[in-house]
Amino acid sequence: MTKSWQILLQCLAYVAFAVVVGYFSSAPAYVHLDPNKALIKLSLSHAGQLKGECRRLTQEELEKLAPNMRRPLDCPRERLPLLVELILDGNLLYRELLPPTGLASDGASVAYARFAVEPGSYQLIARLRDSNREQGFDYEHGAHIELRPQQNFVVDFRAEPEGFIFK
Amino acid sequence: MTALRRFARANLEHIEGVFDRAFGPAWNPLYQLGALGWFFYWVVAVSGIYLFIFFDTGITDAYESVEYITNVQWYAAGVMRSLHRYASDAMVIVMMVHLIREFAMGRYRGPRSFAWITGVPILWFIYASGITGYWLVWDKLAQYVAIATTEWLDTLPIFGEAIARNFLHETTLSSRFFSLMVFIHIAVPLILLFIMWIHIQRHSSPKVNPPRGLAVGTLIMLMVLSFAYPATSQGPADLNVVAAVVDLDWFYLPAYPFLDMIPGITLWAVFGIGTVVLLLVPWLPPTRRQAVATVDLDNCNGCGRCVDDCPFSAVSMQPRTDDKPFAQEAVVDANLCTSCGICAGACPTATPFRRASALTPGIDLPNSSIRDLRDRTLSAADQLSGDARVIVYGCRAGVNLDALQGPSIATLCAPCTATVPPSFLDFVISRHHVDGVFLTGCREGDCFNRQGIRWVQQRIAGQRDPYLRTRVPRERIAKLWAGVAGPQQLADELDAFRNRLRGLGAFRKAAPKQNDHHG
Repeated sequence: MTKSWQILLQCLAYVAFAVVVGYFSSAPAYVHLDPNKALIKLSLSHAGQLKGECRRLTQEELEKLAPNMRRPLDCPRERLPLLVELILDGNLLYRELLPPTGLASDGASVAYARFAVEPGSYQLIARLRDSNREQGFDYEHGAHIELRPQQNFVVDFRAEPEGFIFK
Repeated sequence: MTALRRFARANLEHIEGVFDRAFGPAWNPLYQLGALGWFFYWVVAVSGIYLFIFFDTGITDAYESVEYITNVQWYAAGVMRSLHRYASDAMVIVMMVHLIREFAMGRYRGPRSFAWITGVPILWFIYASGITGYWLVWDKLAQYVAIATTEWLDTLPIFGEAIARNFLHETTLSSRFFSLMVFIHIAVPLILLFIMWIHIQRHSSPKVNPPRGLAVGTLIMLMVLSFAYPATSQGPADLNVVAAVVDLDWFYLPAYPFLDMIPGITLWAVFGIGTVVLLLVPWLPPTRRQAVATVDLDNCNGCGRCVDDCPFSAVSMQPRTDDKPFAQEAVVDANLCTSCGICAGACPTATPFRRASALTPGIDLPNSSIRDLRDRTLSAADQLSGDARVIVYGCRAGVNLDALQGPSIATLCAPCTATVPPSFLDFVISRHHVDGVFLTGCREGDCFNRQGIRWVQQRIAGQRDPYLRTRVPRERIAKLWAGVAGPQQLADELDAFRNRLRGLGAFRKAAPKQNDHHG
């Protein structure tokens, strides 16, 4: 093979490599969400109430403890799971019983969910139960929302001061 | 596994053959993948340092500074940004092909498993470096990468608070997060560099720089690509709007679309299992390790040629432990020895001309000794008849030589072609055991034992000790580094060589000694 053919083949190899690198570094495009849809994102991190009642220790019990361990209240660490619901135009979009995190089940319960929906007007209701009540919810928030295509509508939660946050 | 490896190797060799024709064996990029990986790393590092001068951390500052880099200072920082991206992408390509080739060549077992195993974390660190880099631009792609990555991390049951909550909306996002990402994007590549350094520790004279011509060509290619198709951003990130359609870098982010198809924890499991399987590959299936080289102190004068020639730093010189009048002796580290036998081929005592004492070199392979090689050579040569008698020395990593055997052609397989000392060529030709010697093995530029072909060429050319004596007619020696995919070419070259030998006539400088078979 002559030198000029070799150089030509080398140039072709470099061009082919450059085309592969250049093209696949930013193409083809990936459609993560249908551009004609909107997204409702539920994300919350909240600790349920303690599962049991705190109990005041007797004087006798306190004296049995080391001096630096004498706390008057004995509270169980375990927390209650959260019950969270999202209702969109009367339809149940999400309902989960969220267990507390942590090895001792004493951490916050965490929810993270995404829902692709058609743009438009909706009545959105978010409800959360963090106590041991049998019926009803401890927090509830409803609002009329307008969703645009590709809008990222966030349902967040802060127990203090406002409860559910719609953004 | 072996069948898969052979299939991959045979197919790769066809592609390598094309590149051999275009670049020549010395510049063939497929033989320089590790060195090219280092080269791309340095391009990424230098361009990254330049970009860091102009980069600002902050929710809006990051994007604006990258826009300045790309559009205002396009001729310098913009080109650096493109080089940074494209060299990073090229690094992924050469890393993956390097992994496939090393698997196909079977260079991952025994002591060589060290390089294989230390290569596995390199995969993770290169991807971590690239992903954190895309994050910093804080454009639409960065938004997608940040959210998808944190959501994926949150599927691991190790984080108390969901990291993805940092990217819920603008009020939850902190500029300090960008400072953290810059730190990670600098720290991870530095750790990567450290692992890359460990990766090559068991190689003597590791190839960390590609040949200059290939490096220049590659850099020109990257520069032209950077000017012709500069890397750009995809619009500022806006957490109120979903990054619905993104132009992915498919070299770094091919796993991300799977996050929309399968649970994140499943993808972690796939990568975790994949990593474990990769780490176990050197033992799949388990094989018995070959006996390593041993030193015979009675025949070792501490010359150090074996140390110079060992491609795996398995031989070292240490103070003498016997009463011989030499300062040092060769010592083999059994953990590093790959049983290639190149050390025996370099030993000046490994000469078949020895008659005064038994042929026991200073360093040798117990299961494939130099003495055995001489016996097999003489036995095979004795069977030859007719004109243009040729002995073919090949290696166990090269093509199967059995098909070449004939009345005038004998074949011998050594662990590596460089296991055959140059004195053997002198011996069989000058003692008229054969009319010519044909050497073959792996593809030129890509010896299974890293340096075997190079050492053979240099020994014959008189550039490396032990030299092939000048009295040996070079026209009676032929070489074809055929690999496993070139048996037909090997047969054709051998025919052509024998035709040339016929033209030369018989070589009768010295008659065979009666006692060549003994001693």
